[in-house]
Parts: sequence; structure tokens; C-alpha cells
Amino acid sequence: MVTSPLQYAAVPATARIDDVDATDAQQDVAMELRAVHAWYGHFRALKGVTLPVPKRRITAIIGPSGCGKSTLIRCLNRMNDLIPGFRIEGDVLFEGRNIYERGVDAVEVRRRIGMVFQKPNPFPKSNYDNVAFGARINGYDGKLNEIVERALRQAALWDEVHDKLHKSALALSGWQQQRLCIARALAVEPEVILMDEPCSALDPVATLKIEDLMRELAREYSIVIVTHNMQQAARVADYTAVMMMAEDRAGELIEYGPTSHIFTNPKEKRTEDYITGRFG
Amino acid sequence: MTRTGFDRQLTEIQEEMLLLATLVDNAIERSVRSLTERDLDLARQVITDDLRINRKRYEIEEKCLELIATQQPLASDLRTIVSVLYIIVDLERMADHAEGIAKIALMLADEPPLMPYVDIPRMAEIARRMLIASLETLKDRDAARARAICNEDDEVDALYDKVYGELVKLMVNDANIERATHLTWVAHNLERIADRVTNICERVVYLVEGKIEELNVSTY
Repeated sequence: MVTSPLQYAAVPATARIDDVDATDAQQDVAMELRAVHAWYGHFRALKGVTLPVPKRRITAIIGPSGCGKSTLIRCLNRMNDLIPGFRIEGDVLFEGRNIYERGVDAVEVRRRIGMVFQKPNPFPKSNYDNVAFGARINGYDGKLNEIVERALRQAALWDEVHDKLHKSALALSGWQQQRLCIARALAVEPEVILMDEPCSALDPVATLKIEDLMRELAREYSIVIVTHNMQQAARVADYTAVMMMAEDRAGELIEYGPTSHIFTNPKEKRTEDYITGRFG
Repeated sequence: MTRTGFDRQLTEIQEEMLLLATLVDNAIERSVRSLTERDLDLARQVITDDLRINRKRYEIEEKCLELIATQQPLASDLRTIVSVLYIIVDLERMADHAEGIAKIALMLADEPPLMPYVDIPRMAEIARRMLIASLETLKDRDAARARAICNEDDEVDALYDKVYGELVKLMVNDANIERATHLTWVAHNLERIADRVTNICERVVYLVEGKIEELNVSTY
């Protein structure tokens, strides 16, 4: 290119059409992590994570393998309690109370903060019994049929299984099984649904259908999803949290914000490098 | 995990855009020269070359679309591709303005000049300088300088006012009306070219900072 001899002085912008820094600061939160640190024995898995979970929104947690995404999501309903040597510091607030406080019932926590896993994991029982399972152990009485139907409808599975409620869940296809697991989580009327890589065992079409379902569910529930599929986070999440491994290999949160900002104009260089595929 | 192939393609579309800009800059320069030197061949050449410029624009557009479809670009990669997509449209339209000037040069070639050509070449010179500088800011990812370039558009607008006023005065004589009207079109085309440079500058700011700003609200 030809070089120009002109020198220019910087001047302030005259008009701004779109302030991309505007954030949804008034958002209600369903849960909140405050300075959460976690260890497995001597290994530090999470370092100082502070993160809101906005109500009736989808929050995605993305980041490279081993950055603590799954540890983090499992801290949200005390799923890590079952791992020997696991220890946590900091607050995981749900309705203003730390769920790790003495006296909090972990089973009740998991009822109100449900979870859907990577691989569909229906019990070797009928479709009906799978969905009714949580309700039964939580002591619901009487209206079990209604609970099962409502949960299956919410999970967009009712039309496919209403005439085979008492057939084995293992006869369903992969994506039907995953919706059955979602229905099972919904049947106990949780407020928050945690999804750890819910589509990684599904084909692309089923994945898009689960994403549609998630958008539907977000009208009523607060959803947190861990995904290593960045396009999925971009498509489905309202907010995105980016995690990375620190030098001591502990997972840390490096950026959080509205999904559109994270994917078009991230503030952190490490986020930029990761989402544009130039990490590492 | 690096993306060598993708990086190469991203560089390519930007280099091709710069090539397109060079063609456009030449078109502007030659169109005004064809007018002032009453060079019919040169004017015809500008008109013919416009087809080449249009083709180049569509070629780059296709490459951008292919990258979006196949590479799922995000963050600064996405902003780069989107900026290129917008800038090539502005460049192509600048060439259309140059083509318009060349067509007027053909129409006026048989008649004596209505006025000495001083301010019209001056407008072209400033617009071309702005164009080249705007593309340098894109290469250098220099948002501050991109903003500063837009100030020069005022100079072009002022010259346009001056030329327009002079031509209107010349229209008092009936015999001048047609030539004067054609020349106002030349000045208008140059004024539009400078405006489009400010669009390029807006894209540079977007590329670098992720903000969409309107940098220059032109008088016209």
C-alpha cells in the first residue's frame, strides 16, 4: 500500500449507536458463587470463582478440558460431596443461603437444583417409573400420573411415550432417553437445572432439538450448562462464563458476560484466543 | 491448537480487499484526469474497468461467506470478516462514483471547459488521501487514526459547497446550465466518495474495538 505522509490527531467519537458495554445488571439471580475454591485431596481444582446464575436464563460454562467446568457445576448442587477428599471453601448461595452450611439437607438441595448428565442414564425401569422415581422418594402422594405427564410434556417427550409408559426406558433412542432424564429432573419441581454436556452423546439434529427444549425450559427454570461445544453455548446461552486452567492447574473464571459480547467482542485476550481456536 | 489455514484465508481476504482499494483509487484518479485532460480513451477505460472491480468485490464476498459457513469465525475473526464484507461494498460503490465521473467526462469532452479545474481535482486528491489512510488504519488496526481521518471529510464538504456555489452562478447564463449541472454531479460524486471513506473508518473502529460508532454525520 501507498503510505500517507499525513499525521492525524486522535479525536473523541462523535456519536455512539450501540453501547456494547451495557450489561443486564439488574438481573435477578437464582444462585450465586462467591469466591469458591475447591480441592480434591491436595489438588486444587477451583480457584476463587465468583459467578451469578441469573434466574430463568441459561448460563453456559465453557473452557478447555481440565479447566474445572464439571467441578464447578457439580459444586452447585453438592454432587461433589460424594467424592472422597473433596473440599470446598467460599459460598454457593441459593435463596441467600450457602448450600454447604451445616444443617442444609443435601438431598433437598439436589431436589431443588436438579442435574442432567452427559450420557443419558435412565434407570433400568419403565418410562413411567423413571420419571416418577424422584417424586416417589421425595414422598409425593396421589397425583403421580399428573406429575409424570406434566414432566414428560415439559420435556417434549409425552407424544412419543404416552402409549408405552410402562415399557422399559432402555428401549428408547439416545435423545429420547436424554429427554426422559430431563423429565425425571423436572418431575421433582426443581428451580435450577444443571446440565453437564447434555448433548455430547447426541447427533447434531437431536442436539438442536435439546437446545430448543432448553430455551423452552428457560421460561420457567434457571439453567446452567457445561459444554465444550462453543457453538452450542453461542446458540443457547444468555450468559457465558469462560474458565481456564491457571498455572497451578486450578480452574479459574476468566470472563463472564452476555453471550453475544463474549463471542463477538470478549474483553480478555485468553477468551479471544480460546474461542477463536488459537489457544495453546 | 492453531488455525494456520484459516489464518491464511483471513489474510487473503484482507489482501484482496486492499487490491480492490488500489483499483478503486486508480479509478478515482483516472476519472478526474479524464475530465480535466478531456481524455476520452481514459474515460472509456475507467468505465470498462468498473466491471472488473465489481467482479473482484463479488469474489471477495464469496470468500467471506465461505469462511463464515465453514469456519464458524468468532470474536476478532468474525469482526474482521464482517468489516471486509461492508468495506468491499463501499469500495465498489466508490468505483461507481468514479465511473459516473468518467461518463460525464465523455459528455463534456466536445465542449470547452466551463471553469478552470482547480477545486474538483483538489476534492479528488483529499478523498483519495483519506481512502488510502483509512486502509492503512485497517492494516495497522488503528482506531484512533481511523476516527481522525473522518475530520477531513469536512474539507471535502466545504470544497463541494464552493464548487456548487460557483456553478450555480454560472447557470445564470442559459448556455451553461447543462455543463454546470454535469459538473455539480462530478463534485457530488467526489463528495460521496469521501463520505464512504468515513464508513470504512467506522468499520475499522468496529474491527478494533467491537463498537459500532457513527463517526461522521455529513452535511449531505
